[in-house]
Amino acid sequence: MTISIRRPRLTKQQRRALIVGLLFISPAIIGFFVFNIGPIVQSLQYSFTRYNILQPPRWVGLNNYKFLIESDRVFRIGISNTLYMVLIGLPIHLVFNMLMALLLNTRIKGLSLYRSIFYIPSITPVVASTIVWLWIFNGQFGILNEFLKFIGLPPIGWLTDPKWVKPSLIFMGAWFGGNTILIYLASLQDVPYDLLESAELDGANAIQKTFRITLPMISPVIFYTIIVNVIGYFQYFTEAWVMTATRDGSAGGVANSAMFHSMYLYQTAFQQFKMGYASAQAWILFMIVLIATVFLFKTAGWVYYHAED
Amino acid sequence: MTASIHWRENRIVQDRIKKSIAYTIVIIMAVAYIFPLYWLIVTALKTDLEIFQQPPPIFPPNPQWQNFGESTTYIPFWRYMWNTIVISGLTVLGTVLSCTFIAYGFARIRWPGRNIIFLIYLSTIMLPSQVTLIPLYLIFRDLGWVGTFLPLVVPHFFGNALYVFLLRQFLLTIPLELSDAAKIDGASELGILWYIMIPLMRPALAVVALFTFVQTYRDFLGPLIYLQNQQDWTISLGLKLFQNMYGAQWQLMMAASTLAMLPTIVLFFFTQKTFVRGIALTGLKG
Repeated sequence: MTISIRRPRLTKQQRRALIVGLLFISPAIIGFFVFNIGPIVQSLQYSFTRYNILQPPRWVGLNNYKFLIESDRVFRIGISNTLYMVLIGLPIHLVFNMLMALLLNTRIKGLSLYRSIFYIPSITPVVASTIVWLWIFNGQFGILNEFLKFIGLPPIGWLTDPKWVKPSLIFMGAWFGGNTILIYLASLQDVPYDLLESAELDGANAIQKTFRITLPMISPVIFYTIIVNVIGYFQYFTEAWVMTATRDGSAGGVANSAMFHSMYLYQTAFQQFKMGYASAQAWILFMIVLIATVFLFKTAGWVYYHAED
Repeated sequence: MTASIHWRENRIVQDRIKKSIAYTIVIIMAVAYIFPLYWLIVTALKTDLEIFQQPPPIFPPNPQWQNFGESTTYIPFWRYMWNTIVISGLTVLGTVLSCTFIAYGFARIRWPGRNIIFLIYLSTIMLPSQVTLIPLYLIFRDLGWVGTFLPLVVPHFFGNALYVFLLRQFLLTIPLELSDAAKIDGASELGILWYIMIPLMRPALAVVALFTFVQTYRDFLGPLIYLQNQQDWTISLGLKLFQNMYGAQWQLMMAASTLAMLPTIVLFFFTQKTFVRGIALTGLKG
């Protein structure tokens, strides 16, 4: 008999566990292929075609990409507005949320009341709250301009002046950030107190304690919120859409100053039915998000992981 | 000794100053956060003339409570509310069911390769939805599902990576000996899941159910793409599109918005503990 080299085989028991395990996760496997991998591949294919639903897709090679990058001004504005949100709006929001969490973590009385107040805007329907913000920002009758008038300042076109739209959206966005405040607060409450106390005995002041102990201790949570929100802000849609949509279905504000990538994609795909062209837009964003995520993971040296316990 | 007493007194005074500064800022911020909600209700209670009064009255001069009733006929409020509840309810059902099975399969059955497959599965969280939006729409269109609730509901019966992660973390904390003992007594995996794990998982399942409900209830883009008949709209979609179509009867839009917010706010006050626990769980590690 010859000696055959065998792959390490699964025992009977392991094989059974494998079958049962795969059965249990089968919804995930189906979902993964049907709702993720399949559509990703299809979207790449569509991005090389011209496809208006009525006629079958027609191969156009790299034309969609070429046109998007070279000549589509609105697309470029959409990308740069989206980057504005990710690079300026998001850091402002996260720093603000962290400050709020640190403030709430000073063992003040009535914490659960404040917690509720800051959290409620992030669970109520975005459209419902945005409708009141539309009224607050209203140039003629809004309370914000009324306040400016009261203190002797000229009114601002919060949603009509291209200079102000994005800052206004960021201002409003801070109001929706309660979820992150509470995530930070929960992790702050887990920072061991004796660690802070011994630092204090060594003469550390509040700022040193915050930057040397508290923030490093919760850095995994900070990293998590950055990743999740970067991906979320790249998809920024509802707030801007509701704030700027007009009667004829167009949106994006004066001179497209509030046109974001997902809004332009929506218009291209679902109002003009240019599915191939919109898929190319999606793939350009996908590449940008991928680069951003890889960059964030590569530069994650500042994240401090506790020893496994 | 006197020096140390001095130091302590100083300390107490300093602490008190710090505390009162913290209080002042927190209270100012709390007022700022409440203000939009307050303004929403105040505007909802005004007459159509008082809306445009300048300067705007800070309290409604003569509260128009009937605006709330009127707003439910100005837009087909109850119809939209019902649609929203049906979609959210089915979504919760699908998410809780599928995620329970999937998480059990990843956490409690020791099959080769489960960790690497779990990581691949988890990476779908980082996929921006724009990428799959168009192919999914075309698939649902071919199935004849566009214009029904199905595209909004059915995908949730195939798991959600974030909630699978959350439930898996929870299941990993339950000692494996518990399952082993049950297996010796002849229990099947399904039996263990049903009789032992699900009762233990109840707090985590409540978190998943609540978060899924709120998320679906707030959704705008999904219904915007898939719901085409006016009678199928959700409350969010209805609010926005009505405002577009009929121009603004601001006080009625505000009243309807207030009513649309109520369910999640009431839910929050009854299940505050579950929310807070859930938030701590989602922030748990990356």
